[in-house]
Amino acid sequence: MSFTGLVSIALGAILIENFILVKFLGICPFLGVSKKMDTAAGMGLAVTFVMALASVFTWLVNHYLLVPLNLQYMQTLAYILVIASLVQFVEMFLQKSVPGLYRALGIYLPLITTNCAVLGVAVLNTTKGYNLLESLVYGISGGIGFLVAILLFSSIRERLEFSDHPKAFEGFPITLVSAGLLAMAFMGFSGLKIW
Amino acid sequence: MHIDIMNIVWAVVVLGAIGAVFGIVLAIASKVFSVGADSRGENILNILPGVNCGGCGFTGCALYAEAVSRGDVPVDLCAPGGRKTAEEIARLMGTDVPESDRMVAVVKCSGGTGALKRFEYDGIHDCRSADLVGGGPLECPSGCIGFGTCVEACPFDAIYLKDGRAVVDHEKCTGCLVCVEACPRKIITPFSYNKDVIIKCSSHERGAAVRRVCGAGCVGCSICKKECPSGAITIDGNLAAIDPEKCTDCGKCVSVCPRGLITHSRPQSGMNSGETM
Repeated sequence: MSFTGLVSIALGAILIENFILVKFLGICPFLGVSKKMDTAAGMGLAVTFVMALASVFTWLVNHYLLVPLNLQYMQTLAYILVIASLVQFVEMFLQKSVPGLYRALGIYLPLITTNCAVLGVAVLNTTKGYNLLESLVYGISGGIGFLVAILLFSSIRERLEFSDHPKAFEGFPITLVSAGLLAMAFMGFSGLKIW
Repeated sequence: MHIDIMNIVWAVVVLGAIGAVFGIVLAIASKVFSVGADSRGENILNILPGVNCGGCGFTGCALYAEAVSRGDVPVDLCAPGGRKTAEEIARLMGTDVPESDRMVAVVKCSGGTGALKRFEYDGIHDCRSADLVGGGPLECPSGCIGFGTCVEACPFDAIYLKDGRAVVDHEKCTGCLVCVEACPRKIITPFSYNKDVIIKCSSHERGAAVRRVCGAGCVGCSICKKECPSGAITIDGNLAAIDPEKCTDCGKCVSVCPRGLITHSRPQSGMNSGETM
């Protein structure tokens, strides 16, 4: 796989097929923790981190366990198992070894154990038939895509706080409408040509 | 339809094995990477009364204990626990209890039913309305009307009426001073919770005038000023005033005041009686 191929995977995951705004995966944390920019950044970083690790480990499990044993149909179950244990392990490891990062990611790390975007990246890696390196790149850039989307959205929501919208739209309605508009804006990237 | 039973067995075995391996790894990791948790929060929680009143500003004792253990908040926010609890927490945290500057409200009037009335007010039963009618029904311009406008204003049920005047319960008072705003006579003032002796009169009238209209008002006789061992009392416009900086709460003035308007704010038993010696 050439370098351009990897770049194309990365760009695709970040912009063209953004996990939140185009694939509509991981909407829950996207709406839940996008009220403030700093929490949104924390969530985005945690997701990126877990997605990268999850794509590597699920690839290994798939390649060395599920495929040889003809158990691909148990993929979802096995991936959930892998991701959940992995996140738990990483959390313990960080708490001991990198307390700074542990505090930065905070509550978000265990929260995204069952984030569908994380499971989504693992399943998509398998469906697309990526190799280990490609999976890693796809995972990282998927996470970056998540980070970009949630950061953009949190800055919009911070402005919404002070905007003068109709009473009926207050709170979640206006949030969902803005999310929809942001998603539409991202549709523009679908025309992006990659080499 | 043919079902290969071995397929199912393999799936169970493999997934079970994956789960078991991860479980064991996690169990080991939790031991290897275990971090000694800060147990102070838990210890503080044990000291706290555990009534979860929320008076400290946190939603429950556990959250307050945690915040204290992080060193974010003072150790003396627990009102039900009082000073004793604060000292215990301070010992645990290795700090001192800050000189608490808790303020409470005090109604500076001793008149009540002993105050002379100019007329019988029969309007809306509210101090503010009564005060608007020619300066109120009392002869004394700074006497408590006793209709309980402050009682209703108090969000903490800390003010009650006794003998026709308002009295603040200093244990219940949180020092929000809503009553200070509510009182049309402006005779409720902040007072340090740690202090004891209060002069309960706000009248600046001359002695003879006070004597005529009120059975308990300050006539500016200066006896308390002369008797005060620490020189804390001044007479300002026919009204005695205590300098809280100098006052030692010895209680001398309480016993010498011929009008009986200097009082203790605390019940006189236990610790204070010892200090007055």
